[in-house]
Order: sequence, then C-alpha cells, then structure tokens
Amino acid sequence: MAEVRHGNKACTVNPLKMSQPIGAALAFLGLDRCLPLLHGSQGCTAFGLVLFVRHFRETIPLQTTAMNEVTTILGGLENIEQALLNIHKRAQPAVIGLCSTGLTETKGDDVAGFLKLIRARHPELADTEVVLVSTPDYRGAFQDGWGTAVKSMVEQLTHPTTVRTLLQVNILPGCHLTPGDIEEIREIVESFGLVPIILPDLSGSLDGHIPATFLPTTLGGTPLEDIRNLGEARLTIAIGEQMRPAAEALEKITSVPYRVFDKLTGLKASDDFIQLLAELSENEVPAKYRRQRSQLLDAMLDGHFHFARKKIALAAEPDLLFALGTWFAEMGAEIQCAVTTTMSPSLARLPCDEVLIGDLEDFERAAVGADLLVSHSHARQAAERLDIPLFRTGLPTFDRIGAAHRVSVGYRGTRDLIFEAANLFMAAHADFPALAASDPALLPTTPLSEAGRASATSTIHRH
Amino acid sequence: MSALTKKVAELMIEPGCAVNQAKPESERKRGCGKQLTPGAAAGGCAFDGAKIALQPVVDVAHLVHGPIACEGNSWDSRHVFSSGASTYRTGFTTDLGELDIIYGGEKRLFRAIREIVEKYDPPAVFVYQTCVPAMIGDDIEAVCKAAREKFGKPVIPVNAPGFAGSKNLGNKLGGEALLEHVIGSEEPETTTPYDINLIGEYNVVGELWQVKPLFDELGIRILASICGDARYHDIACAHRARAAMMLCSQALINVARKMEERYGIPYVEGSFYGIADMSEALRNIARLLVQRGADNELLGRTEQLIAREEARAWARLEPYKARLKGKRALLFTGGVKSWSVVSALQEIGMEIVGTSMRKSTLQDREKVKQIMGTDAHIFDELPPREMYKMLKEARADVMLSGGRSQFVALKARTPWVEVNQERHYAFAGYAGIVNLVEEIDKALTNPIWAQVRTPAPWERTLREENHG
Repeated sequence: MAEVRHGNKACTVNPLKMSQPIGAALAFLGLDRCLPLLHGSQGCTAFGLVLFVRHFRETIPLQTTAMNEVTTILGGLENIEQALLNIHKRAQPAVIGLCSTGLTETKGDDVAGFLKLIRARHPELADTEVVLVSTPDYRGAFQDGWGTAVKSMVEQLTHPTTVRTLLQVNILPGCHLTPGDIEEIREIVESFGLVPIILPDLSGSLDGHIPATFLPTTLGGTPLEDIRNLGEARLTIAIGEQMRPAAEALEKITSVPYRVFDKLTGLKASDDFIQLLAELSENEVPAKYRRQRSQLLDAMLDGHFHFARKKIALAAEPDLLFALGTWFAEMGAEIQCAVTTTMSPSLARLPCDEVLIGDLEDFERAAVGADLLVSHSHARQAAERLDIPLFRTGLPTFDRIGAAHRVSVGYRGTRDLIFEAANLFMAAHADFPALAASDPALLPTTPLSEAGRASATSTIHRH
Repeated sequence: MSALTKKVAELMIEPGCAVNQAKPESERKRGCGKQLTPGAAAGGCAFDGAKIALQPVVDVAHLVHGPIACEGNSWDSRHVFSSGASTYRTGFTTDLGELDIIYGGEKRLFRAIREIVEKYDPPAVFVYQTCVPAMIGDDIEAVCKAAREKFGKPVIPVNAPGFAGSKNLGNKLGGEALLEHVIGSEEPETTTPYDINLIGEYNVVGELWQVKPLFDELGIRILASICGDARYHDIACAHRARAAMMLCSQALINVARKMEERYGIPYVEGSFYGIADMSEALRNIARLLVQRGADNELLGRTEQLIAREEARAWARLEPYKARLKGKRALLFTGGVKSWSVVSALQEIGMEIVGTSMRKSTLQDREKVKQIMGTDAHIFDELPPREMYKMLKEARADVMLSGGRSQFVALKARTPWVEVNQERHYAFAGYAGIVNLVEEIDKALTNPIWAQVRTPAPWERTLREENHG
C-alpha cells in the first residue's frame, strides 16, 4: 500500500505531465471520421499536433478555434461558429470533438449555450455531431482528459435502450493502451465468439497503415453508429481506473453493467480477463490461448533471474504506472520510486511506500542507483545523466519507432514485455552475460581496468 | 496588457519587413495582422515563436509561466545544439493549478525563479508569459524586476502570450525582449574590427558549426549569435559588433533594424543555404566590415576562400549529377528560403516541379520566378489533399518539406527529405548543400520504393482479371 504525496515545489522541472485537452483530443482521434477541435489559442492545438506526429508518425487531424486576445475577452461564440462551419465545409466529419482549454475555461465561455445558438442558426450542421468536453489545462492531466472525453461521448451520443445483443461486449480502453494493445484485445475477445465495440479505437485510426485515400478527418476508429448502440451490450469492460467514470455513465444511461480491470498486463490479470470471456461466451478457452499461457509461464521462468531484486524507478500516468509497477513487482523486482501526474484510486494499491505526484526532476533524484528507469521519452536526459537504461513506455515516445505497435496486454504481450525488459537488464551487464544471468551478486562492484575487462570477457566466452 | 498591444501594433508595421515594404502605402499602415481562420488554421502561437527564437540561448533557464500545456506538451522537441551548457534543454514551468488561477500566479512565479536560482544558478532566467496568466492579470514584468533585485541576476520577461498572434509575431516579440532587457547590458572583454552578429541563426542540428569555421578562417569573430548556441553574456554584448548578418529574414528583422538604429550596426540579409548564397553572404559581410573600418585585404582573402570552397563543393557534388539529373522535386520549405534551395537543386540538374512561397517575400517570389523561368509552379497554398494527389499521380520523384507534410509524401509512397526546423541533418554552408544532395540521393535510390509500390500478388491477379 502506497501513500500518495504531492510535491510542493513552485517550479515544475522537466515535466512528466501533459495537459487534459490533448488527452481528450487523442480520445476523439479514436473515432471514425472525426475531427477534434480545441477551443483555445492556436498554440494549444499546434503543440498537441506536433506531439502526436512525433509519437505516432502519422498525419494528425486536429483543429483550433484560433482564439486571440480580443476574441477571448469578448467570448468565443463567433470563433466556434466559424470553426464548425469551416470544418463542416472542408472535411464533413461525422463527429467534431470540441475540447475547452485553460484559456477559454478561465474566461468562462458557456460553450454549451453557444452550441445551442449555433445549431439554431445553422441547420446545415444537423448531420454533424458535436461532442463537448470540459478540459481546462490547469486541472488534472492527460489521462483525465481522455477519460472525461470518453464519458462525454457516452453521455452525448449513446442512446438509452432496453434491447440486448447477447454477444456484444463494450471495451473502454484507457489512453495507456497502444493501437497494438487494442488490436490484441479485439482478437482475444473475438476468438470467444463475442463481438466487441471498442471506444475509443485507436487501432483503426492510428495503427500506421496506408489508407487508400487522403481525408482531412480520422480514417478508421469507432463508428458513430457503434457509440449510439453501446447500450445493447451484455457487459462493459473498462481497462484502467481512468475509464470507470465513463463505464458508470454508460450504466446510468443504458443499465449495462460494467467491470473495471485495473490492468491487462501480467499472468493473473490476463487469466481473469480470459476467464471472464469464457464465462460470458460459455465457450472453452481456445487452444491458442492455452498455448500462449504456457509460453508466458516459460518466459516467467526464464526471465525471473533478471528481475529478482532489481530496483525499478517509474514515472508515468497513474494507470500505466499501476500496470507496469505491479507487473515488475510480480516478476520479483522492487519499486525504488514511483512518480505520477495526477490523483487516481489505483495509486494507493501500488506495492511501494510512496507515490509522488511530481516531475522528472523529482524522478531523477529518486532514481539514483536504480537498475532500470521506466518512463516516456522525456526521461532520456535523466537516463543519460544517471547512466541507467531507460525502458520507454507511454506517450510521447519520440526517439524510438514502433510505439503504436508495442503490445503489453494478455499472455503474448506480457511474454514479450518480459523479454524486452530482461534484455535491457542483460545489455546493462553485457560484459558479464553469464554472471548476470546466473548470479548478479558475482558482478564486480568496482569497474575493472580495460585489460581486466577484456580477459574477464574472454574467459566467459571460452566457457 | 496595453504595453503588449502597443508592441504588437508596432511590430505589425515593422518598416524593415520586406513583405511590408513591398505593399502600397495604404496597405502598409494596416500592418500584417492577418486574422487566423478558426477551424482552418495551422501553426504555432506567439509564445511558441518567442520560445523558438530564444531557447537556443543555451546557458539560461527558460521558465514558462502558465498551465502545464504550454511547456508540458512541447518541451525537448527542437534540435538546436549546444557546444556547452545544457540548461536550455531543461523544462521549467510554473504548472499553474486552479488555485493559482483564482488567487493569481505571481507569488508562485517568484518562488519558481528562486528555486531555479538556488538549484541551477544560471546566468539569467527568461520568463515567458502565456495566455492564462495574461488573462488573469499576472504582471510578469513586475515579478521579474523584483526577482532581479532580490537575486542579483538578470530575470528577463518575455511578453508573448500565445493569443497575441502567430508564431512569426512571437519570434519578433522574443527579439523585443532581447532589445529591451539584454542587448547592451554588458560589455565584451575585447572588441575587434572583425566582430559581427548573426541574427536569426538557431544552430538547428549544428548548422552554425558548418559556417563558423569559414568565419574563423577569415578572422571574422561572431560576437553574438542570436541566438544559435548563444551564451547570455554574448548577447548582452552584441551592441559592440561592427556589422550584422540577418538570416531567415522574417523572424528577427526588428532586432536587426533596431540595432542599426540604436547602435549604428549595419546589417546585410543573407542565407547560408546553397553554394551561391553562402558565397554571397561571405562576400557581403566582408564588404560591410571593410566599409566599417576593417582592412581592405579581407576582401581578397574572402574571394580566395570562396573560390576554394566552391570548387571543393562542386567536386563533391559531381558524382551525384548523373544520378539526379532530370529528377523532379516538389519543394515545401516554409522558413528556409525557397530560392536558395531551388537554385542549388537546379545547379545539379534536378527539375523543380513546384515550390511554396508561404513565408517568403515578394522579392523572393520574383527571384524564384526568375530562376525557374515561370511562376506556374509556385504555390501559395497546397492543401494536403492536393499534395497527396499530386504525389500519388507521380508528378514528382521526391518531396522536400517540413515534418507536417512528411506523412502525406510517405503515404503516397514518395521519397521525402526533411528540410525545416525539425530536420535531423545540417544543410548550411558548402558542407550542408552536399549533405542535402546526399540526403536526396539516399531517399531516391532506396530499394524500398520499388517494393512498396508493387501491389500484393492477389491484388495483381484481381487487377489482371478485371482488365482481362
């Protein structure tokens, strides 16, 4: 059980946190034929856009109401109106995701009121859904923005219904899951004969494929029709605490019960998920997953040598922090420090003494002497200075490619995660691979001279 | 705020601005306050622009006063290099929360400056204003003044909140902060008749270091580079230079012009991109220094160096000529002057099928027209959809552009070379043009293109059946 502590510095140094509006925007990028629109100055959008382009290496549809000083003071009605009309004319999206920012929240724009007026004035916008989300930059963090956006989608788009489709299961993935994770989850659910509706579905839009044409909106993702029909499901499965509010909202509107998985990484979490699907579908667990489970067990046996007592320094958003922190602990590693961005019920359940809501400066100080750093690419400077390997995870990952396709859920994802982390541990002791594998305690604590190093290595090779 | 409004109005009618000069009198007075189109806008805000212009000062702490978005979403994203201090790569922000919005953020800002001074002890702290604290009336100038008195070191307010305007305006507002608070505040240890300032050079991927050895060889000292690989002290002493060279003309024209006005430092405009431009730049700055009292023999030495470097560059480009001859390039450069790249590529036998003139002046446009013989292939705007169509129809063999349109090219399975401020390869000077051509050659000749353009076997069969 961990105690959650807030840092008390006036100056955040090397931010770990990113802001709510772009978290919300990313959620909208998981809808089909959607265009997220940030109500703020054009920089609010430009920064988010560049961040996503660097991470996903894809064209990112994202627009702005382009507020300036005068329009901010007068209120954003006209800018929102013009933006909606321009977007409607140029891109014809099915959904526009309108997210507020710190600027327009400080002013106190009544965006819902504006929208009513605009709808009355412009019947031509009737075929475009506009989902409003309140996401001030000065509150919460990226994952809160994502969670709030999905809650708003459900509240504003899903139809109340009593119809039930026995095979339909709703999946609400948190923003810590990659397009690759979502693809894996879909495949698992479908293999039980169930029909998943995934909201949002980045695996359709940001999985790095070559579209047949070029559109100024998202191309792929959850179709609007599916969001309307979420109420027909047997069950909603939310992945990550950040998705609980959306699952609750959906239950309130449609009476579809929900279950929150705080993670899908690790043996136990994967077992629980597979067992639930087996029960729901009343089907046997497919041979493929029995085999994969067996592979995971083998990977745990092969890999645990490298994890035992390793000191892990973690800095990530709460749900990612929880998924990876608990998983490292399950493999025998110890959490040396855990830094995060925002409050979450999952933090207290981490197997360490303290979780700090702080920045990468706090992280760098607490990580001295750790065996592995786990964070996004912004921790690269800390890793360089500390000379400790960095396991890159989460968004943004801008100095490695393939971030969208990394899988860390289910048996197969967990298996590969073991290999990836273990290989980093082994590379850090590359001079003594045999020793590192069998007994890390035998590693010399003081550096050998170049000659000593060479002879030690060659001895090992001869063995 | 009124001070900012006044400053913005003044920058809008900047007399040194070539765009503005080219306009008729009546239009000129209206300035360049082009309204952004909501729902159809692209590009950064004024804060972004100020940060781009000033962040290359490597030894100062750049503190962003605002909610997490402004720094948290954007830090550590620019490839400007330092030959020493790395303080500029550290992200500092007041990360304003809800209570700060209610009670005001000035106290937090002051404490933040104190923490930076105590922990990092930089020669100066640059404080960037952003929209939210500007809205709630945080007076960063007053806080900076108080902090400067308290901590005995320069604390520079950079008043360029995002909603003041575009990125380009922000560049200039960043320049204004230097003019008002930094330049002229310290004295250099020594001066020489060969001291120059470079204005608007940011040392992106180390490009400054591709040209600095040339200046070194000529005995020309870069007193201050504004702001590539700059130290605070250098910029504070910039008023003692004898001449200045202004690059990337749109960005910091106000700095060049006002330094001429205040300190009598004349400037020439130029570019380090392309062989002819590089030579012209060296020639012009040498001439200007001689006019200002440097020894006449500098001109001769400059010509010698130019002759040697040009010959060397052409010799290095020779092997590429046969391979690149007749290849068609689509050029979307934005910041880097289109015509300098156009002429360079034409010189090695490539054909330019289109170029953008988005951020260029009328003179630039004329120059491109002259070089290309027509303006038929000059685009003001080319929406991604049309760009995609053009590439898809194979009307170009390679595209040179910024990161934004990268994926338009790649999705159209077209070779692409990055040429804007996020680029990973340095293209300045004589060495740089060879790099650029090498990058184009690498892109064009990669064996993946033939592979990714071949349809899958089943698609081929289907097509043949359909056609059969």
